[in-house]
Amino acid sequence: MDLELMINSLPKLLSAALITLKLLSVSLIIGLFIGLLFAILRLNKNIFVNKFAYVYSYVFRGTPLLVQIFIIYFGLGQIEYLRSTFLWVILKEPYWCAIIAFALNTGAYTSEILRSAFQTIKPGIIEAGRSLGISSKIIFYKIQIPIAIRQSLPAYGNEIILMMKGTSLASTVTIMDLTGVAKYIISTTFKPIEVFIVAGSIYLFMTFIIHNVIKFLEKKYSFN
Amino acid sequence: MELLAFGKTGWGDELFIATLMTIAVSITAMIIGFFFALIFTPLKLSKNKFFNFIGNSYTTVIRGVPELLVIYLFFFGGTGAVMYVASIFGYNEYIEINAFITGAFAIGIISGAYSTEVFRGAIQSIDKGQFEAAKTLGLNKFGQFFKIILPQTLRLAIPNLSNVWQITLKDTSLISVTGLVEIMRQSYIAAGSTRDPLFFYSFAAVLYLLLTFLSMKIINRLELKYSRGY
Repeated sequence: MDLELMINSLPKLLSAALITLKLLSVSLIIGLFIGLLFAILRLNKNIFVNKFAYVYSYVFRGTPLLVQIFIIYFGLGQIEYLRSTFLWVILKEPYWCAIIAFALNTGAYTSEILRSAFQTIKPGIIEAGRSLGISSKIIFYKIQIPIAIRQSLPAYGNEIILMMKGTSLASTVTIMDLTGVAKYIISTTFKPIEVFIVAGSIYLFMTFIIHNVIKFLEKKYSFN
Repeated sequence: MELLAFGKTGWGDELFIATLMTIAVSITAMIIGFFFALIFTPLKLSKNKFFNFIGNSYTTVIRGVPELLVIYLFFFGGTGAVMYVASIFGYNEYIEINAFITGAFAIGIISGAYSTEVFRGAIQSIDKGQFEAAKTLGLNKFGQFFKIILPQTLRLAIPNLSNVWQITLKDTSLISVTGLVEIMRQSYIAAGSTRDPLFFYSFAAVLYLLLTFLSMKIINRLELKYSRGY
């Protein structure tokens, strides 16, 4: 055990953890909007809209995140047309490519979570709203969405933790996040166990915090 | 299309072999994971606090740390660990561990943590009466577990194990960082030498989709088989 290395690498790893958190929070926020949009599309009665949303979530859940990042980072740059548009400003940055991939990926999982939450809402609640003379738009925004969000909290908590682990793949496209820095230290010092313990503890600590925040929210918004 | 031709002109045969490699690594990792689950599920269910702690630490740590970090640990640490053990026995030459074994082991440990959780949940959801009934039938401990509890556990576990399989299958793409030539690595090589990453990575995505789709079909069959009579 090289304690000195562990202590010396801690500040570097902690500042890299901030990048991990930044990647995580930005992609979760974008992913939540994508997820909500596609969950609503999934519930649409139009078969084309419905199928489109289904295929989206199937493809992104059925392929590894690594492939998705590589397609966006290495693949899209190949299209000449894209290089001439303003999108290139975003797509040439590995940071934004990673965020796009993460957001699309978590969006697919989130859409499934929200869809099943929408489907488990008891019809009686919607009928109760209707019998009170509330328009269906307001029923949707004021009744269905809040209930669905509460219903999906436990599953969404898992998704946040899975996504936090997913952000480690950003290190494959040259971003120095927690895993990227850990790998760099390992490959320069050849002390994998020590670095793994420090970096792993930081990840576990973040998991612990996320887990408890979700638990707190679940309690706060519980029905009884 | 000529990029996918078999033989020397295209990448078809290479990608085909890489796909077989992905399947082989996934199955090996899944089996290694089952062994881990076999050890850690009883620990998690144990009433002994110490055993319980070990079981919980395994699943918590592995499920809370990114897969890539675990793979780096094995990739950089595996050789050192084996050489250290060998040096105790007086063997001091350099030993190189096969990328397949390192990768399958790393993914296996991750897959094992998920399998442990699945088996724990399945065993806990079996009615207490079943354990008692097994005892009343006069079966010995072995018979109780293998004839009564395990078949019921499998029925409950298969849907969740299919999720673990999907996770394991997708996680094998991460082994490409260690140089094992599976789908992802082969696509990386092909993309590099043809300068056509969009095509090859998209094709890799299609291959993965195909694998997940086919395995779903097979697992659904298994599920039907094990839920006969329900």
